[in-house]
Amino acid sequence: MCLFGLFILACKKDNPIKEEIEKFLGFQKPANFPEPIYNLANNPVTKEGFELGRALFYEPRLSRNNTITCGSCHIQSSAFTQHGHDVSHGIDDRLGTRNSPPIMNLAWSKAFMWGGGVFDLDLQPITPITTHEEMDENLENVLNKIRALPKYTAMFKGAFGTEEVTTARFMKALSQFMVMCVSSNSKYDKVMRKESGTTFTADEQAGYVLFKDKCASCHSEPLFTDGSFRNNGLGISTINDKGLYGATLIETDKYKFKVPSLRNLQYTAPYMHDGRFLSLAGVLEHYNSEVQATPNLDPVLNQNGKLGIGLNDDQKAKLTAFLNTLNDTEFINNKLLSEQ
Amino acid sequence: MMNINGKRLKSALLFSFMLVIAACSKKEDPTPDFQEENLAPLSVEFDNIVGERTLTFDNTGSPYRNAAGEAFTVSRLQYFISNIKVTTAAGNTFTVKQDSSYFLIKGDDKATRFAKVKVPEGDYTNLTFTLGVDSLRSTMPIDKRTGVLDPAAGGGHDGGGMYWGWNSGYIFFKFEGNSNVVSDDANGDPTGKKQMKYHIGFFGGYSAPTLNNIKVINVDLRTAGIAKVRKDRQSNIHLFVDVMKVFNGKNSFKIAEHPNVMFDDFTAKIAANFLEMFRHDHTEN
Repeated sequence: MCLFGLFILACKKDNPIKEEIEKFLGFQKPANFPEPIYNLANNPVTKEGFELGRALFYEPRLSRNNTITCGSCHIQSSAFTQHGHDVSHGIDDRLGTRNSPPIMNLAWSKAFMWGGGVFDLDLQPITPITTHEEMDENLENVLNKIRALPKYTAMFKGAFGTEEVTTARFMKALSQFMVMCVSSNSKYDKVMRKESGTTFTADEQAGYVLFKDKCASCHSEPLFTDGSFRNNGLGISTINDKGLYGATLIETDKYKFKVPSLRNLQYTAPYMHDGRFLSLAGVLEHYNSEVQATPNLDPVLNQNGKLGIGLNDDQKAKLTAFLNTLNDTEFINNKLLSEQ
Repeated sequence: MMNINGKRLKSALLFSFMLVIAACSKKEDPTPDFQEENLAPLSVEFDNIVGERTLTFDNTGSPYRNAAGEAFTVSRLQYFISNIKVTTAAGNTFTVKQDSSYFLIKGDDKATRFAKVKVPEGDYTNLTFTLGVDSLRSTMPIDKRTGVLDPAAGGGHDGGGMYWGWNSGYIFFKFEGNSNVVSDDANGDPTGKKQMKYHIGFFGGYSAPTLNNIKVINVDLRTAGIAKVRKDRQSNIHLFVDVMKVFNGKNSFKIAEHPNVMFDDFTAKIAANFLEMFRHDHTEN
């Protein structure tokens, strides 16, 4: 009787998962999001393509000595960042110079990397694969390693019709996985979509008003970044990372970095391009009192002769309450996005 | 017997000689009407040289010497040629279809020295091509980046690869070698191998305009021989590509002062020298 009961229970537990897989819906734009920038028409997300992309994302053969996967520095439980590392920790314990950015809502991103230089999601993976401190491999070797595995040739056939492993197919599969990493189910989203009567608390609401007044010009809703590159007044680092300038050689791009999204801050510390701030309190204090007038400082941080954004303790507390509504537990626990 | 044979031989020789004359006569070869669909083979040969000498890799026994007197050897030479266009004396122009107009010339692989295309039958007095990859192709979706433009081709950018991942774009011209004038510090080659590296790219930027090192080369074929393109033969425009001009062109520089040029404004100075690199030697019709 007991055994029978267990069996029923096991079946019940299995069925919803099965159903979920069967009704793979592909890429779905959240109701409160704008149209995506990524050209989905050129690479429609299919179940097979997505699953291939996911397998590749968690595939250590993408690195020189088969030790590092994309997921090594982009960990789902940390909203696809490398929590606890100021700069990314790659192959042979080498350290990069920048903090792993989240793989999140990339379908709405028009430029990639903290310092720019990459403008097409389909070309982005070449950077970590070939970077000395990350995977230190070359693409030709990666494709040859993948071609040698029947598991993958079968998956390429399922996704693209034949077993042929090409650069374009490899990149498109990875993009299919990455564009599916959509974070849109935070409390904020539910409030905005008026889902099941979700509302902000008084502090969250007060924080939202403050946010719109003091932060939204760069961290614009609903993605909480306008996708631009700006100098937010960080003191120049010891390695003198010049940000966007490194890619454009344009003097006015010096010290500009990509404006990061404020979504999932609870999981993505430390903060800034070099992970210099360990906590949100550190970030808010930077804007309150530590902004420096380095070249190309964003004008919004230098108003009426005053540097930064004045924030008292009460305002900081309310802003923090609001920012915490941007955490999306469904995203970091979504089994579909996990290593299988 | 001997005599008769000798006479026969003489007349046979004379006859053959006349035939040869007739074949050589250009009067017998009228310029065909220019018709876009009437395609015939044309090749452009990129014959790499170094000043007054042929290109030999790693010839440490007899290194080359630039105008500044610096001795150097060459270990790698690769460049993209694209967007080939030809013009007739009458002013008819033909641009080779883009998808068939990208070539990677590799100094160590003689088979790559020809850019083989199809153009309408005609007599061409002018050749135009791009050194590098045009900005349109540099921003195209991954599906359009096949063959020599495949970012996976040739391995990584440290080796024979011609694609920069971190700053999406192609290396147009990759020229590497060794020179004893290269310092052992961070400004030179800290590995002590005395390597010099010139990786010239930069197509002008995706969204905001940045440095543009794409060079369009125009070659007048009238002095050294026009290209008579016909279906029954292979017309070949033979160019000399003098890599010494990298150092000795109008923006001449010393290896010791610029042993590594990849991603800074100085690339523009070197790219300007590219215009002097190509010289039409002759055309085989």
